[in-house]
This record gives sequence, C-alpha cells and structure tokens, in this order.
Amino acid sequence: MPEAVAIDIRRYRPEEEAEPHWQRYDVPFRREWMVLDALNYIKDEVDGTLAYRWSCRMGVCGSCGMMVNGQPTLTCATYLESLLPGPIRVEPLRGLPVIRDLVGELSDFLAKLKRVKPWIEREEERPTAAGEYLQTPAEVAAYKQYAMCINCLLCYAACPIYELEPEFLGPAAIALAQRYNLDSRDEGHEERMDVLSTHDGIWACTFVGECSTVCPKNVDPAGAIQRYKLEAALDWAKSVVLPWGRQ
Amino acid sequence: MGAPVNPAYRRYHPKWHRDRMPIFWWLRQLSYARFIARELTSVVVAYAAVLLLVELRAISLGPEAFDRFTAWLRSPIPTVLHVFALAALIWHALTWLHLAPRALVVRLGGRRLPDAAVLLGHYAAWIAASALLLWAVLSA
Repeated sequence: MPEAVAIDIRRYRPEEEAEPHWQRYDVPFRREWMVLDALNYIKDEVDGTLAYRWSCRMGVCGSCGMMVNGQPTLTCATYLESLLPGPIRVEPLRGLPVIRDLVGELSDFLAKLKRVKPWIEREEERPTAAGEYLQTPAEVAAYKQYAMCINCLLCYAACPIYELEPEFLGPAAIALAQRYNLDSRDEGHEERMDVLSTHDGIWACTFVGECSTVCPKNVDPAGAIQRYKLEAALDWAKSVVLPWGRQ
Repeated sequence: MGAPVNPAYRRYHPKWHRDRMPIFWWLRQLSYARFIARELTSVVVAYAAVLLLVELRAISLGPEAFDRFTAWLRSPIPTVLHVFALAALIWHALTWLHLAPRALVVRLGGRRLPDAAVLLGHYAAWIAASALLLWAVLSA
C-alpha cells in the first residue's frame, strides 16, 4: 500500500482566473478513506480555499457527485483504494456551469424538476378525516425504483444529450415524473404528458443509456424514458386511430 | 422554461465557467463510441430500404432489367458492401431487441415479467415473422 496518493483537482476561482486550472495535492493514503475523505483532508489540513459540496457521507443526500477519473461518481461512496495508483483526477460534474472549483450550478435542474410536478397531483383532495390513501405492496412496487433517486445529478453528467442540448429535461427529472405517474394515488398523468412528450422531453433522449450505468441507486432513468416513449406513442396512436381514443 | 428556482440564475452568467463540448466527445469512452456506431447503422437500415425499392422497380421493368440488377449485385464492390451491410443490420436488429425489455414492462398477475421473458417473446415473434415470410416466398 502506498503512503500517499496524488489528487489532481480542477480549480476554478472566478475572481482570480478566467479559466480553470489543475492543482495537485498529495494526501496520505488510508485504506478506509473515500475520495470525499481525501477532499476533506485537503480542505482541513492543506488548502482551505477548496470549494466542494458534501453532507451526509453515506450516499443518501446526493451532494458530493463529481467527475472522478472522468466518471460521474459519488465521492462519499468511492474508496481511494479502488483508484490506485493515482493520480486521481477530480473535476466538477460535467454539463453543469461551474460556480467555483468543484461546485456546479443546479438551478437549471431544479427548475426542470419543478416543471414535471414531482408530487402527487389530485383532481380533488380527500379531507384528512377520510384517512390516508392506501396502497397495496404491488402498487408501491410499481414506482419504488424511481423513488430511490437522490437528485445527485450523476445521470446529467453522464448524458451527452444534456450537454449538447441544454433544454433537455434530463434523466432524473423524467424518472421522477414517472415515479409519480406510476403511483396509484396520483392523477397528474395528463398534465405531465404535456411537459414530457415534447422535443425537450423524452423525445430528445436517444438512449445512450449511460445515465442508468452511473446511477448509484439503480433508478434506471433510461428505462423510465423508454417506457414513457412507448406509452406516449401508444397514446398518440390511439388518439389518431380511435375517435374516442383520447378522453 | 418555467421561472428558475433561483432568481439570480442565468444560463450564461459571466462568472460561471462552462466547458465547451468537444466535437469528438464520443471518443471519451467506449460506451459513447458504441452508441454512435449503433446510431450510424441506421444509415445502413435506410440503405437496405432503398435497395429493396430499387429491386422492386427492376422487377416491375421486366426480366432483362432484373437480370441487370442481379448481375450488379454479384459484382465485387456491391458484394463486399452488402456483407458489411448485413452485419450492420443484424447488429442493429439484435441491439434493438435487447433494448426492448427496458421499454416494455409487462405485468402478469401483479408481477413484472422478467426481462428474459420479454426478450424471448421478441425473438419468438422475429422467428415467426421470418418463417412466415420464408413460407410465402417458397410456396409462391
């Protein structure tokens, strides 16, 4: 085992430089350290000016996504040991504007997420006194996979379409729309179809499939999008063939 | 676009750094290159459709025209081209079939049918359609 490992970090300090530059840090190697632990070591012991996001350290909050050796990665869930001998290259997530160092700007995603209405839409809310909306285990299983999304945006960083066409809603937003579409308590399917079945929605996706490969929660956004394409196409065909096809 | 969540957000904020996407982005990793190669096989699919139309036209023009067409098919360059086209078409068809279970979720008796079953169904339909076509050609 090595005593130290070199980490190359792409720095960007807008008040001092117009373009990002690479900076090397040597950190002690510890078997139990994740990439995030190494970044925390740099921040605490070597260079306090380094900026990056993190919170839970256990793969739940979705804040610490970065490009590690060119791959979108949750730095709290990746052992330094798995990246030996180094140097390890750490960059901000691809496709997002960079505010500073490893911090990407998330507003574009958050606005898109809001557009797909990722909450339970009801035509009429039931009064609280009427009790909760019950679901069978099978009804929960229908959407649970998509509910595991932690909004870490690794899928956006893996998607070349999002980089080429920034208007694209993107993998996580569509997977989360599907999460609610497939929920038996939800009635917002039609409204979401107007946002999703558009050029900037599901039809922008060409099924590269990398979003599902990098997803740390096995959400399979690519699968969600292809399922939705099939559904939207059938919906359209019904409305053309059958005069009563579209309610 | 709806109203951005952060009112200060601008897509082209002067202080934010945006990377330019390189033209050869698809050489970044093998999976991207494989994706682009697969997309390019669509050109071969279009070519096969045009070739079929040309063949139909040759048939409609009579035996001489059809003989001329088949003679052209047998010459070296089209032969090499069509061996390549056949390989590309088969790859296109197989990858298409293997993507089908991702898009098609079938539920039977409250359970999701496994991907392998959906895939086998597609293969069965493919073989059945080919057999039907073969039977129609041979019995004509």
